[in-house]
Amino acid sequence: MIVAGIDAGSTTVKVTLYDGTRMESWLGLAGWNPRAEATALLGQAVANWDTDLEGLGYIIGTGYGRVNLPFVSKSMTEITCHAKGAAFLYPGVGTVIDIGGQDAKAIRVDGNGKVSDFIMNDKCAAGTGRFMQVMANALGLDVVDMAQMELLPGEEVCTINSMCTVFAESEVIGLLNQGYSRQAIMAGIYQSIASRIATMAATVCPQSAIVFTGGVSQNVWLCSALENKLNMPVIVPDRAVFAGAIGAALYAWDEVTK
Amino acid sequence: MSDPVTLLKKAKEGGKKIVGFYCVFAPQELILAADALGFALCATKEEPIADGEKTLPRNFCALIKSSYGFAVTDKCPYFLYSDLIIGETTCDGKKKMFELMSDFKPVHVMKLPQSYLDDNDKLYWLSEVEKLKSVLETTLDVKITEEGLVKAIRVLNEERLLMQELAGLMKADPVPVSGQDLLKLMWGRNFTFDRAQFAEQMKEMIRDVKEIIASGKGAFPKGAKRVIVTGVPTGVGAEKVIKIIEDCGAAVVYIENCAGMKQFVTLVDETKAPMEAIAEKYLNTPCSCMSPNPRRMEILDQLVEEYQADGVVDIVWQGCHTYNVESRVLKDSLKKNSNTQFLHIETDYSQGDAEQIKTRVQAFLEMMN
Repeated sequence: MIVAGIDAGSTTVKVTLYDGTRMESWLGLAGWNPRAEATALLGQAVANWDTDLEGLGYIIGTGYGRVNLPFVSKSMTEITCHAKGAAFLYPGVGTVIDIGGQDAKAIRVDGNGKVSDFIMNDKCAAGTGRFMQVMANALGLDVVDMAQMELLPGEEVCTINSMCTVFAESEVIGLLNQGYSRQAIMAGIYQSIASRIATMAATVCPQSAIVFTGGVSQNVWLCSALENKLNMPVIVPDRAVFAGAIGAALYAWDEVTK
Repeated sequence: MSDPVTLLKKAKEGGKKIVGFYCVFAPQELILAADALGFALCATKEEPIADGEKTLPRNFCALIKSSYGFAVTDKCPYFLYSDLIIGETTCDGKKKMFELMSDFKPVHVMKLPQSYLDDNDKLYWLSEVEKLKSVLETTLDVKITEEGLVKAIRVLNEERLLMQELAGLMKADPVPVSGQDLLKLMWGRNFTFDRAQFAEQMKEMIRDVKEIIASGKGAFPKGAKRVIVTGVPTGVGAEKVIKIIEDCGAAVVYIENCAGMKQFVTLVDETKAPMEAIAEKYLNTPCSCMSPNPRRMEILDQLVEEYQADGVVDIVWQGCHTYNVESRVLKDSLKKNSNTQFLHIETDYSQGDAEQIKTRVQAFLEMMN
């Protein structure tokens, strides 16, 4: 029996296939037609495993696009799925911090990967992947270049005061015009996001181990800024980007084996 | 015939006085004993907010901006036809809003004490209720008699008992009616012209709901997740979160806030002197504007048990500081006493965050599995 978890996020789509022992994940961009991208990615995944959609015993959809996936057996929220996925990737996790394309969450997890409390950002993009993307754009960088920028020895970090994406972008442009380096501004942006996330996480009283999931977890600078603000080690497991899809696949597996 | 403007006009032509009020702290017995019609004017619609914001700060809560927007534009017939407005100092925003409102309408503001626990606060509140009595008598040119008060207490106590009976029927599993339907009925009470007729409607509704329970049917399947809603008033038009909860498959079995049962859970003590008994009942309202507010925590502990609730959702309007702070107190209290799942939702009257709220509510319900 093969099951699938699909995490149709705001920016990327992730698919995980699982048969009780073997697990594999695929990633694609959500683009302007997330439903078609999700369908194509799932098609590619099942073809890789020499099967087809009919060969799947159960499919759980999660993420923003979960409401618009015609082939899923059931949909669940990304909050529940990220908790389950993080507990699989890092047994003993106490708190998950998931930062995706347009939202950020802090999730308290019990020993079984079940959510015991959570907080999610409001409709504002502060502290999310979108926020980073807009800042990177203002600096003429893409998200990958951004992660490769390093402060020069002795260079001071700029302060970004605004949490609002639009105001912060103006602030960044202002700093560029004052002659600050891109890496100094970028470091300031990481500080700003990390503060925002740490403050949000504080409302659920984060417990270790802290596991960082979602696309933004791939940025090592943000990860270390977050460690500083939380004053706790932050773990980014392999496949942290796939935590939601993995959690969905594990819940799908529970459905067929219960 | 039955549209409010026509009814209000007819009532006015027949010599009826109309009194608008904004809060469940306003002693409705006094209005009834003054032979006036009383209407709750706390607004729940998004449309008038833009007009409200012409004068009020944007970061005020939606309820105040909407109420003021309705008032200042004459778009609310109940406000328009009111001979007197009773305001209550339940928060800084409302207090200052009533100041502005008094420029174009006769407004009497009842000044609430900060607590319902101390004897001096109780005494002071009685003096505020006495003051309202004389303001009503002067403004409406009536005499409020002891006999009239006794009668009014009886009428409204009967309504409270009927509301309690109806709400109690929601303890059944399957839940007989949806929380949204129950809300509509409770909301309808705010615009009642004929109290006897309303009591009859209530009795009819209770009979119907009992029949539904007897038939084993319900608004949700047996075993559906049961949620209690508390926090700020969520009247018709502002029932967004209640609708989302029920759309996600959980039943809202009890609405604790002022649009729901808050004002009906305690009666006016008919064995005491009317004015003292009225003052006592109203001051006991477990609103977050009271500091501290232990009664709200006690009531929720009790409700969770009685209604076999799986979780409590605390709805707070952006800008409502007292309910926002108290959310933390309530969360901790529920965790300590019954380990009840708790979700705090801070929102406004707009639909812009409906999808995000839906995700939160769904995750909350998934926590209960």
